[in-house]
Amino acid sequence: MSSKSDILGKIKDLKLEAKPLPTIPDFEISENMEERFVHSILSNKGEILTKSELESRINSGVFPKIYTSLAEFKSFSNQVLPGDPHTFNDLDLAIIRGQFGVAENGAIWLEDQDLELRALPFITEHLAIFLNRKLLVGNMHQAYSKIGLHESGFGLFIAGPSKTADIEQSLVIGAHGAKSLLLILD
Amino acid sequence: MSHPVQAAEFLKDAAKSKWHDETLWFVRDKRDKITQTIPEWEQLRELASQIKDNVLAHLDTYLEDFEQNATRNGIQIHWAKDAEEHNAIVLNILQKHQCKAIVKSKSILTEECHLNPYLEKNGIEVVDTDLGERIVQFLNQPPSHIVLPAIHLKKGEISDLFHEKLQTEKGNDDPTYLTQAARIHLREKFLSAKVAITGVNFGIAETGEFVVCTNEGNADMGVHLADVHIACMGIEKIIPKREHLSVFLRLLARSATGQSITNYTSHFRSPAPGRDTHLILVDNGRTAQLGRETFRNSLKCIRCGACMNTCPIYRRSGGFSYKSTVPGPIGSILSPGLDLKKYSTLPFASTLCGSCTDVCPVKINIHEQLYAWRQEITQAEGISPKSISMHVGNGIFKSPLLYQLSGKLLRTALKTLPNGLIYHPLNAYGKNRDLPKLPKESFKDWFKKNRE
Repeated sequence: MSSKSDILGKIKDLKLEAKPLPTIPDFEISENMEERFVHSILSNKGEILTKSELESRINSGVFPKIYTSLAEFKSFSNQVLPGDPHTFNDLDLAIIRGQFGVAENGAIWLEDQDLELRALPFITEHLAIFLNRKLLVGNMHQAYSKIGLHESGFGLFIAGPSKTADIEQSLVIGAHGAKSLLLILD
Repeated sequence: MSHPVQAAEFLKDAAKSKWHDETLWFVRDKRDKITQTIPEWEQLRELASQIKDNVLAHLDTYLEDFEQNATRNGIQIHWAKDAEEHNAIVLNILQKHQCKAIVKSKSILTEECHLNPYLEKNGIEVVDTDLGERIVQFLNQPPSHIVLPAIHLKKGEISDLFHEKLQTEKGNDDPTYLTQAARIHLREKFLSAKVAITGVNFGIAETGEFVVCTNEGNADMGVHLADVHIACMGIEKIIPKREHLSVFLRLLARSATGQSITNYTSHFRSPAPGRDTHLILVDNGRTAQLGRETFRNSLKCIRCGACMNTCPIYRRSGGFSYKSTVPGPIGSILSPGLDLKKYSTLPFASTLCGSCTDVCPVKINIHEQLYAWRQEITQAEGISPKSISMHVGNGIFKSPLLYQLSGKLLRTALKTLPNGLIYHPLNAYGKNRDLPKLPKESFKDWFKKNRE
């Protein structure tokens, strides 16, 4: 007997009594979604920047290698999208567009089409996300109802930079992935 | 070895165990603060519990749906009835891809299956990439906490370890400096690994996708750079629909570390072009636990670790005192189901205060199950020093004459007998406890003199 039929058989043999699925009700959401969203991002150790602040930071030369396909920042991009993500190991900054943000926790939804390369937001030293401030939802229930069953090979909520507290519970930003999350609310 | 013996070992370093206790309480406190900002918190716990009730009642159907949908998405599904089969499946995939080195992100299941030593024995280099896990791996230790693997270590110890393994400056124990050294070391491993292994937080029957949550981004660094992704998933990690993620994701990180969500929540639905994704569905005792009505609810666990952070025993005895992959209260109700004899002392490592039950995001009645395991274990074990004391006590309390006599006898005996005899190992109640101060006379005698 295969392990599959062994496992499924054991479960079926228990003949467990059916239990209904509950319905998720509508919960109240924050009145000022943008304020809540900004607060959440800052709690997660992300940074909020204006478009011109990001531009002047780029102009200061702290990000030598930049990749973006966004029209708003196209002039700053000096890298081409590689076939092999390893090539981006020395990338300093990637700028991508977020689909929407969640006020209660600062999470920003991204799919394959937004990332271009799944490794991009992780392998880059710094990550900037460009997000339309009108595209905010209150909580995770609204977030998943917005996503629906839309199909993307990979989907991702990013809520802040890569972080760890594994050494004596001291928070350190920049464990493996991006050392900062720069959020530009458009 | 029993829990009390292991706990005594941990308590030898009084300063460190005090730090351990206070640090975990701090995490518990952060959890409390953030949950109080969510007015519907209790409703969410109830919803999560009900969704899991439904999952456990229909697990076979959901697993079949999950397999069908995942297969359609291009994920290769494997089934493993136990740890041995799981490990063999992993090795087989690695051999097919001629892979000699892998990166692995946090997976309690692979710890449970003892995958690392198995792969190493077969010539594969395994690199745990979660910082805490890498630290304990360097020390040849298992994680002592399911969310905070290296919580039993002080930064000085980690500094010494990194000096030896990663050639960091001697004596530099700055967490930022040490993390940066680990980042550089692990980046190299990520870049060279052909296969990445991850655990699974949730598998969604409706879509055939699975979700992995991390703060470090290590699961994604591994997966997106490797040619092959192997995800290891316990069969109880299934949830019916995508919308149910909203309930569990609101609960998970808040319960675990007091943050509103992990910084990365990745939904793997189909492999990137030219890549392979394998997912192994593992039973390893879960169907047996499903069949135990009293303990079925333990399978609702989403591995947040909140019950550990709040437990007065766990905080003071450390994760290693449990000698089980999942320590703490939840481990003490899961592990006896795997090996009753080996883990027979764990359900007793509790004050039954019920705090674990109060913080559990999926409302597992942990302390009631601990109590229920005690009944089963006592019956299975028969006579113990404590049960003898109970029998003797039972006889004495039944007879007024015996009660009176033994009271007098004990008041004299405890005063005059040497401590060595009173705190003899046979007196289970004298271990690590002072016996109460004795009154000069019994209440009955006092009453006679003063009131009658």
